[in-house]
Amino acid sequence: MRDFRYWLGEHKGTLLALAVFILMFAIYTGNHTAGFTPNVVNTAANKGVLLALVAMAQTMVVLTAGIDLSIGMIFVLANCLASTIVVGTPLQTGLGVAGVLLVGAACGALNGVIVIYGRLQPIVTTLATGAIFYGISLFLRPVPGGDVNSDLADALTTKLPGGIPASLVVLAFVVLLIWVPFRRSLLGRAVYAIGSSEPAAYMSGVPIDRAKLLAYVLAGLLASCGGLMLTFITYSGEASATIGGSYTLNSIAAVVLGGVSLFGGSGSAIGAIFGAFVLRTIGDLLFVFDFDPLWQPLFQGVILLAAVTLGSFRLLRIKNRLDLFG
Amino acid sequence: MAAPLFRMDGVAKRYGGVRALENASLFVEAGRIHAVLGENGAGKSTLIKIMAGVVQPDEGTLTFEGANVAFPSPQAANQAGIACIFQELSLIPDLSVADNIAISNPPRRFGMIDRRAQRRFAEEALARAGAEDIHPMAPVKDLPLSRRQMVEIAKALARRPRILILDEATSALTAGDVAKVFAVLKRLRAEGLALLYISHRMHEIDELADDCTVFRNGHNVATYKAGTKSGNEVVELMIGREYSHVFPPKPLARAAAAAPTLEARNLSWTDKLVDISFKAQAGEIIGLGGLDGQGQRELLLGLFGVLRGLSGEVLIDGKPTRIGSPRAAKGRAAGMALIPEDRKTEGLMLPMSVRDNLTLSGLDQVSRLGVIDRAKESAAIERMVKLLAIRAANVDAPVGALSGGNQQKVVIAKWLMNAPRIILLNDPTRGIDVGTKQELYQLLRKLADEGATILFYSTDYDELIGCCDKVLVMYDGAVIRTLTGSEITEHALISSALNIETGKERRLA
Amino acid sequence: MTAMTAILKDAWKRADRAVLAAFACIIVLLLVGSLYSSSFLSPEYLLQQLQVASFLGLIATGMMLVVLLGQIDLSVPWVVTVGGMMSTAAAGWAFGGEALAIPFGIFCGMAMGFVNGIGVAYLRVPSMIFTLGMNAVAQGLMVLRTGGFAPQDHATEAMRFIATGRTIFNIPNALFVWIAVGAATIFLLSRTSFGRAIYAIGNRERAAYLSGLPTQLVTLIAFTMSGGLSASAGVLLAGYSTKAYQSMGDPYLLPAVAAVVLGGTNILGGRGSYVGTIAGVILITLLQSILSVMQIEEAGRQLIYGAVIIGMLLVYGRQRRQF
Repeated sequence: MRDFRYWLGEHKGTLLALAVFILMFAIYTGNHTAGFTPNVVNTAANKGVLLALVAMAQTMVVLTAGIDLSIGMIFVLANCLASTIVVGTPLQTGLGVAGVLLVGAACGALNGVIVIYGRLQPIVTTLATGAIFYGISLFLRPVPGGDVNSDLADALTTKLPGGIPASLVVLAFVVLLIWVPFRRSLLGRAVYAIGSSEPAAYMSGVPIDRAKLLAYVLAGLLASCGGLMLTFITYSGEASATIGGSYTLNSIAAVVLGGVSLFGGSGSAIGAIFGAFVLRTIGDLLFVFDFDPLWQPLFQGVILLAAVTLGSFRLLRIKNRLDLFG
Repeated sequence: MAAPLFRMDGVAKRYGGVRALENASLFVEAGRIHAVLGENGAGKSTLIKIMAGVVQPDEGTLTFEGANVAFPSPQAANQAGIACIFQELSLIPDLSVADNIAISNPPRRFGMIDRRAQRRFAEEALARAGAEDIHPMAPVKDLPLSRRQMVEIAKALARRPRILILDEATSALTAGDVAKVFAVLKRLRAEGLALLYISHRMHEIDELADDCTVFRNGHNVATYKAGTKSGNEVVELMIGREYSHVFPPKPLARAAAAAPTLEARNLSWTDKLVDISFKAQAGEIIGLGGLDGQGQRELLLGLFGVLRGLSGEVLIDGKPTRIGSPRAAKGRAAGMALIPEDRKTEGLMLPMSVRDNLTLSGLDQVSRLGVIDRAKESAAIERMVKLLAIRAANVDAPVGALSGGNQQKVVIAKWLMNAPRIILLNDPTRGIDVGTKQELYQLLRKLADEGATILFYSTDYDELIGCCDKVLVMYDGAVIRTLTGSEITEHALISSALNIETGKERRLA
Repeated sequence: MTAMTAILKDAWKRADRAVLAAFACIIVLLLVGSLYSSSFLSPEYLLQQLQVASFLGLIATGMMLVVLLGQIDLSVPWVVTVGGMMSTAAAGWAFGGEALAIPFGIFCGMAMGFVNGIGVAYLRVPSMIFTLGMNAVAQGLMVLRTGGFAPQDHATEAMRFIATGRTIFNIPNALFVWIAVGAATIFLLSRTSFGRAIYAIGNRERAAYLSGLPTQLVTLIAFTMSGGLSASAGVLLAGYSTKAYQSMGDPYLLPAVAAVVLGGTNILGGRGSYVGTIAGVILITLLQSILSVMQIEEAGRQLIYGAVIIGMLLVYGRQRRQF
């Protein structure tokens, strides 16, 4: 029984995010059963999966006690690149997909190399590399356009028989193929160790450089998965700084809502996925309750603030004020 | 005598202009416990870090079983069979006990960590260290310090090392834990483990050590079999000159009981402080004694306004005063100062200059309407540097470049700028060289004679005996005994600390 | 005047490698630009650059205060917009609008900054996420107010005068505002208890607290100032364009952080001088301007912008190896 308690403690954040999501889902379906058609679900799922993938990417870096402000731009870059090379015969398409993923991983690697060997802080590094990635995107797609293999796109973004959105299946695959092995691997644990206490990790002989590099590379890879999915949904590529910026900032919000600590060392990408879904569906909730859509951005902002402030209630229990400080 | 398992010869390490080690040597033999003694700054920690692969030597050779070796990283030393338990623990707070114990080489299945096998491995390691009560899935950050040290020991032993190094590893352990650990160490010694033990506690060394080495100024000044030198001889080796307890004389008569400047009535806080009451007068130096972790630190923090939910009353000059923060404690109403436990993280901003650190608490004294008066500031700084004999090459250099003793002086000077009436000190002489210690004792007595009320917590019995007019011995959060004047003896302190009623020859337990 | 020179001399003494490197880069940029076109070194061009830099300079000042504490202010984009929109809105008020426009806009920014300060200092929410949330709230409020359209309000005469006018020696008024704010900031940081407290908190809040400093209050004030400064930049921007518009603050967040960091302020807090921030702001402004004058496409501009920042940081922004 104690084992279960410990397991609960370890996954507190994720479970909380899941609970919130289920709650919202229940409120939504409870009040708007008519609108719960497979099409609506599919669109919502597509929107949610996009942010979920980027949130997973951000989780990787945040776990190391870093932050990736270029993640939205890798997303956009992948989108633009995909709209150029994920076309043609199945072989070409396959190579195109591989190419996009490789470029995403390379972007992540660039971030990682500068942070690890250049010894620059992640926040300023990714600030600058974000501009670089955006520049490359603009180079690929000066104006919105391009195309994508429509068979593949349709397959991955429509409903499967039974009403399950294909994008959710894609998300599940990504989780199974990338997150789960990572979480159980030595390097994955090393990432958590680094975020928790880098000096202690060093003293314990944890492979810090390799683990950090892996985290950044996987972040780039996951963001490019998101970019691919965006291309499949919109059938085009657009080098938009607004989209990139908004995905970056929303990924941070999703990560926090998902119970991942910005200080590193605790949390899970699965929590971030639920955080992303919660973030994406807040707007839909408003729609359900017939709120004036003009109120939506304010509502989202206030909910976000309230959600992150909730964690402050544990402060009321702190008896030694020195514990308030790091 | 068998050839030593491990030796270091001619090792040198310099940090900038400071020579941490110069022509240092050491040998370690299998099946023997070798104690290393020395003042802080003598080079012991650096030596250990070199052995453990945490830092690289500038010169010298390391020999393991006759062959030359080099350890470029902690991992390399681990693989060679050297395990080290440092003062700053190497545990990852957010990971579980099992994850920490098996951090570097966990059992694996298909490339993934085999959680179940790892847990068994951890349980075995914990049992071997005598810590079966610790649950392998518990997150380390939720464990109290004593449990964490046991996990650290289990982690080191789990790797089945040939050489085990303990650097002040028992400082937070309860007496029961220490006994268990010592039993484990003795058993391992019988099995052929070589042990290197750094400690300041003479009684622990008496109990454990086979050989002793004294370090001073970065090299080995003496190596001898345990028990062949007296306590005083050892201390003299450590400080390099004749040693005599130099504590300033205490005032013979206490003036007629004036109203106490500081009085505590029924102070309680969570389970760490239980109904504490005492009175302190101007000119008194009161010590807090007892084993480590009985609430002494919490009492000082509570008086200083750091604790929330402190019940009971604090009276300053007879008036009940509510102190809600260090800022309030510092103010005119209370006039308090606290020299905190860890000067590097709580007392100083290491990258900032000596000047900036010195004036930090006393900015009100040298500024008007928030604007700092440079002339006043410089005058105040000069005064403090002279008063405390702070040896700093340049007042504008970072305070992190100063020695431990001088850093502590800066912390004290910082507070003296406010002319505090009540001075609280939390283990002020930890990690300070003997010369500076003596200066501090003189200073405390001088401040008391000038009218301050001083309350300090120390883990050093000699200090409590030599400096204090009164000692409150704490146990489990309460003051179980108050010793005054000539009652303060080592015997009384120790027996009260262990909550033993009658005198009995102390055995390490 | 001697007090001023004393302050400047003091600031110069504290200047470190980073600041010198930043100024060196400015000179390099000017030289490179002059190779492209001789008008680069003309006073007219330089003054115009300084005018544009003033807007970023105000924002970077607030950002620097917050970064020195070890925090960050991501609410800049929409607080700038709030400043612009609220001041132009107040301009339309029946009585007192003309006079109250600027103060009101700044006040709204300070109010947002105040909330940021409460969240970070008292509720202990990480500043990155709290200010992000405030940004979203600010956006929400403005969307609500304007219905999503560009507001129809106009800037006041005063706003336009300060933002675009030139008086003594043809120096832009906006630059005077920045100079005044900058001088006050240098004084604040180097000569007051408040400034000392900021550095102490950024270095180690725990020790600052135990030293009796009012750490929470100082943090609150710093965020309030940051909000006010961002909003004042918004007010000036609205004066420059004679009206406020949606997302007017978006292009300023990343350049503000970059300017602070390139000026040698440590992103983790506790170290940095305002002179460096001045250099960083001018550097970023010049860089953006040169890239656009050279008619390099947006793609190339972004690439070079990012690469230059990384390059410079690799030169002097590297952390020491910890162990």
